[in-house]
Order: sequence, then structure tokens, then C-alpha cells
Amino acid sequence: MANLTFNKDELERYSRHLIIPDFNIEGQRKLKASKVLVVGSGGLGSPLLLYLAAAGIGTIGILDFDLVDDSNLQRQVLFSQADVGKSKAEAARDRIVGLNPHIKVVVHNIKLTSDNALEIIKDYDVIADGTDNFPTRYLVNDACVLLDKINVYASVYRFEGQASVFNYVDAEGNRGPNYRDLFPSPPPPGLVPSCAEGGVIGVLPGILGSLQANEVIKVISGIGDPLVGRLFLFDALSFETRTLKVQRDPNNPLNGENPSQTELIDYHQFCGLDQHTSNEKLVVKEVDVHELSQMIIDKVDYQLIDVREPYEYEITNLSGELMPLKQVSEFVPKIEKNKRVVIHCRSGVRSAKAIKQLENEFGFDNLYNLKGGILAYADEIDTEIPKY
Amino acid sequence: MAKLIIPTPLRKFTENQPAFESAGQTVKEVLGDLITKHTALKKHLLDDGGNVRSFVRIYVGEDDIQYLQRENTPVQSNTVVSIIPAIAGGSK
Repeated sequence: MANLTFNKDELERYSRHLIIPDFNIEGQRKLKASKVLVVGSGGLGSPLLLYLAAAGIGTIGILDFDLVDDSNLQRQVLFSQADVGKSKAEAARDRIVGLNPHIKVVVHNIKLTSDNALEIIKDYDVIADGTDNFPTRYLVNDACVLLDKINVYASVYRFEGQASVFNYVDAEGNRGPNYRDLFPSPPPPGLVPSCAEGGVIGVLPGILGSLQANEVIKVISGIGDPLVGRLFLFDALSFETRTLKVQRDPNNPLNGENPSQTELIDYHQFCGLDQHTSNEKLVVKEVDVHELSQMIIDKVDYQLIDVREPYEYEITNLSGELMPLKQVSEFVPKIEKNKRVVIHCRSGVRSAKAIKQLENEFGFDNLYNLKGGILAYADEIDTEIPKY
Repeated sequence: MAKLIIPTPLRKFTENQPAFESAGQTVKEVLGDLITKHTALKKHLLDDGGNVRSFVRIYVGEDDIQYLQRENTPVQSNTVVSIIPAIAGGSK
């Protein structure tokens, strides 16, 4: 590494690092020699990629299979209006190469799975996890433990954020805890909604992603005390922060006292997602958006019920009668028993729950779930309807 | 009174209250008070055997009760008890 050199442009660019006594050109060399994979180029990935590129990480991998969407721009500051519809990973690459032409960027325009994770992650030194779902969180964690990589973690929900550094080995050879030491198993589907369902204040991933970038730079350059064995919590509403201790769990299946897992597993099954969705689909009658559209054209006598929240109804609606899921049983007298009733929500999950509840508790047999909810209606029937 | 901090994902079961105060002397008593007041929380915090579920951590101060005396960990009047849930958001 000592023979890694910097040209005049780089020396000028990184000068504010080079004049920090404890960082200096040695720290900058370590950044230049390092390879960091950012999984997810969204809310957390935006500040991560921008700061890591600006800091001069030598090789940055960007992993994302999604496209830039209008609803991303409230917080994903990597992207501009002109990027909507483009590949996130490619748009992110263009942005950070424009920011720093002295770095190498590798695009992984692919979904991370148990089949490809080890092959992709093995080439990097540090992984920064900025994903948005539990299966991928556990997949990234397990792959990092199996491959002996550092996992710099953060996650956000509404006004609340968490961060930690997992699977870090200190100078004395002591290995820190990983995600499974903190949460041995994921919550059941539906308990903790994703940001897409539950919302997030736009600045929050900016704050947590910046903290993540700082930890990445610290673990690579070897300065300071990384957030190892500690979980940082930030509540943006109360502006309260807490730092809690995380210990290694002897029962950790990956590297506890009696390891039982030596390879990656099926993380959708682990998180209970396959069973959950298939069960729900089996027991609820459905109509698709084309059938609903035809019912409207044919002036069929039916009732349309919207089980979303009032603040969602205000964003956009299909003129259905508003009966939020939480209070749906109070609206039973208003629900027709003798004609077809179509129930919808944003994507079809809450309306399925409402139907199950109404069927089981009140004996309805005339309820139909609008498949894909108002989002599908906006995609396939009326593109003027805003998606959120 | 010990103060129990309710995380955002569970506040829908506490009428959006971010904190709860209890005169309980142990974690078990504090959680019991909370569940008595907000019954819908029970299945999200405890399994059928009454043990804290594995996707939720309970902390007393900075420490996970798993490494103290679990549900029997004593709490003082100025103790902060935290419920820490797994959250996964970040990309979409």
C-alpha cells in the first residue's frame, strides 16, 4: 500500500483529510486501497455513496436492481428529476463518477440473493447495508459473517434510526457481534412495515447514512472507536439519542458456541414471507383493476370501500367509502350484504386483512379484494392518479 | 416511576404515546403494567410462554436484560427501560 501514490489533482482534492494529523496521507492511502460495497442505493445509500466517493474510497460497488421513481426524490438525494425511470445503480454511478473521477465504480444491477451474495460480496472489504427489508438484512449479515467481512449497518423507520458496526475484528483479534446477536429472528410479516408502507421523514436516512459513511471511513482508516458492540438509536422527533450495548450471543447460529449454519439459507422463508402471502391470497376473493374498471363502465351496482387512513385518502382516492382498517368493525352496519363489495387499500394487503376480519367475525361472503390496490389502478387504468 | 420508551412501530398500540411510566419493581412488572394498559401489545412483545419475543430486545439503561436477570431484572424509580424492535427501512 505504501507505494500507492496520488497525483496533483488528488492531493488537492483530499487536502482537508491530509492535514488532519491522525488521518494524513496514510489514512487516505487506506481509503484508496479499499473496496466498499453499498447494498441499496436509496435513502441510506444516497449519502453513503456521495460521501464515500467524495472521501476517495478506491473501489465502490453499487448494488441495486430497482429503477428511480418519483417518490424516491423526497430523500434519495443522489438522483435528480431527469433520472426517473433509469436504473438506480447506473444513475448512482454516473452521479458519483461525476463527483470523483479518481475512483473505480462497479455496478451490480441485480437483486442480491442467496445464490449470488457470496460471489458478489467476496470481492469487497467492507459492506454498507442500506437495504429496506428483513430478508436482505439477514442475507447481508450472514454473507458478511461467512466471508469475514465488516458490515456497517443502519436502518430507519418514520422518525427513528438505528446504526451499528457488525462482525468487526479489533486489533487484539476480538470479534464484535453481528445482526443475529442483536435480533436472532425477524419480526413476523406485517408487524413492522417498510418505509414504502410506513413512511420515513426524508432527512432521517440522510442522517443515518452519513453516520454509516463515517463508520466505513473509520473502520478502513483505523481511526477512532468504531460503533462495535453498540447500537446507536436516534429519534428525530424528540432529538434523543441512545447508545446501547450489544453482546455476542452464545446461541448465534453462525458463530456462537455451537454454530449450526454454514451456508446461506432461504431468507424469504426465514422471514415468513412466502407462507404469509400465499395464505392471504388463498382465502380472499379478488377482482383485478380491469374488472373494476369494467364494473364502473357497465354501471354495475356495487359498493367500493377504501380501508386506508384519511391522510392517504387525501393524497388520492377512487371515491370509495372511507373505512380505515383499524376501525373497520365499527363500519359494519354501512357495509352492503346483498351486493358485490369491492374493498381496496394502497397495494392490497390491508384490504385482504379487512376482508378476512369481516368474513370471520361478521359472516360476509360478498367481499372482493382489489388486487394490487390503488397502485395497480394507477399503473393500469388511470395514470393521472398519483402513486405514493 | 420507571420510564419505558415505546419505539415508533409499536406506538400504534399505545395510542401514539412515546413513553409509559410504571411503579413496577422488575422488568416483568413494568411490561405487565404496560400490557394491562395496552392489551394489543401483548402478542408483539411476549410469546405464549410469557417470554420476550426474539425480534424485540428489552434494555434496562444501556444493557440488554438477556445479560442481566432477564425479566427479573430489577428497575429503580429513575430507570429507563427501552423496547428495541428490529426495523429494516433504508432503501425504498
